Amino acid sequence: MNFESELKKGNFVIGTCTDCDRVVWPPSNLCNSCFGKIIWKKASLVGKLIEYSKKNDIDFCLAEFENGVRIMGDLILKAKKPEIGAQVKLEKCGITDGNYSFVMSII
Amino acid sequence: MRQVAITNFGNTKFSRDDLTIESSLLSATKSLFDQTPNLTQKDIDVVLVSTNENSKYLSAILSELSGITPKISHTVENLCSSGTNAIVSAYSYIASGLGNVALVVGGDRYDSPGQILEWDKSRGEYKHPIFWATIFTKSYKRKYNISAENLAIVSVKNHRNAKDNPNAYSNKTYTIDDVLNSKNLTEDLRVLDCSRPCTGSSAVLLTSENFAKKFSDTPVWLKGIGQKTLSASFTKNPTFTQMNSTREAAKIAFDMSKLTSADVDVAEIHDAFSVCEPMILEDLNFAKNGEGLSLSKNMYDTFDRKINPRGGLIGTGHPLGATGVSQTVEVVQQIQGKAEKRQIENANIGLVHNMSAAATSSTVLLLKS
Ligand SMILES: [Zn+2]
Repeated sequence: MNFESELKKGNFVIGTCTDCDRVVWPPSNLCNSCFGKIIWKKASLVGKLIEYSKKNDIDFCLAEFENGVRIMGDLILKAKKPEIGAQVKLEKCGITDGNYSFVMSII
Repeated sequence: MRQVAITNFGNTKFSRDDLTIESSLLSATKSLFDQTPNLTQKDIDVVLVSTNENSKYLSAILSELSGITPKISHTVENLCSSGTNAIVSAYSYIASGLGNVALVVGGDRYDSPGQILEWDKSRGEYKHPIFWATIFTKSYKRKYNISAENLAIVSVKNHRNAKDNPNAYSNKTYTIDDVLNSKNLTEDLRVLDCSRPCTGSSAVLLTSENFAKKFSDTPVWLKGIGQKTLSASFTKNPTFTQMNSTREAAKIAFDMSKLTSADVDVAEIHDAFSVCEPMILEDLNFAKNGEGLSLSKNMYDTFDRKINPRGGLIGTGHPLGATGVSQTVEVVQQIQGKAEKRQIENANIGLVHNMSAAATSSTVLLLKS
């Protein structure tokens, strides 16, 4: 099990160090604090909006999940203009054409 | 440590030409030799190439093509700030006594693989630099209540400055409306807000104190060097309205040189996108937070070329590995009084700011006559 094998299945997992319990992001084999081994745990799918914009007709955003885990991906807007800091939910994730892909929505 | 000077330079015109990287690097080297009468190949003991090209062993290749057999020779890659990183490496070789005369040549092609950092996957499908630039732009606009129209002045100013730079990729001037009406790349970024990838190379010669006068009557001294890397991932930037690595690099460079931003007469700063210029002006303490854009606007209104006289990256073009070297060439030319139409009166102290990958790392150089 690792980040990419889970992502391929549509699961969003976060690495945690088995020695010092820190969350390690972006995904790596070893802890960037103590070089300890990593175990993968399902992450909370609720985060907050840091910034967003639009390319052609697709909205996209930068969002932060627990423990400072930040990702960029498509954003499904339900209200017209979301507030920065609004709650977002990771609706879908996977690997498309070799890139990680994330779809988030405003809760 | 020994003092280190930049004595001479070479340039090529930035273009969309389909040259090989080797021939582009060689052209900049020839330009430097043409402008340095006392220089022979035997004088050079360090050759560094800064580039993002995938070609291997380029500094040995450039040495062979130029008839140089250096002691130290290798490539330096650090994305968009490869150029100043190579200058810092050359400085270190000379300051330590490992070398005396270093040729630094930076170059890239319009299709350089350095434009996208594949490793940074936390950006999902939004890996192209226009997306970090969009996040920076939107955040900066929101924080300081700035419009796209306000920001457009950066592109208008830097294209106007580039018009007097014969080596610049652009020789057109644009109005605010031209910028606003140029193609929308995202809701917050237009094509004229962006520096363009192109083909080009630039070169500088660095020497120890005892060689400086052999090659130039007006050596320019590297008085301050500051570098800081905070991460490789864009998403790890502590804020999106300033460049934190630039603030740290600037402090190191100013401390080393015992200079302050008030002492600086001329600066080339890394305006990869319009929003970068006001952010960097604030990060380098040329302006208070939120006031960088007023400074750019004021310089435009008063025909003041102090910031980005060669046209910055937006006007000059951005062949990644060449950029930091080209910025340094401009500041050296200004201090040596060789900047022709772009010359700033009494330019004695200059600054170069070069950064990589959404300002996850930055370099600041301070140069003095
Ligand atoms: Zn650990």
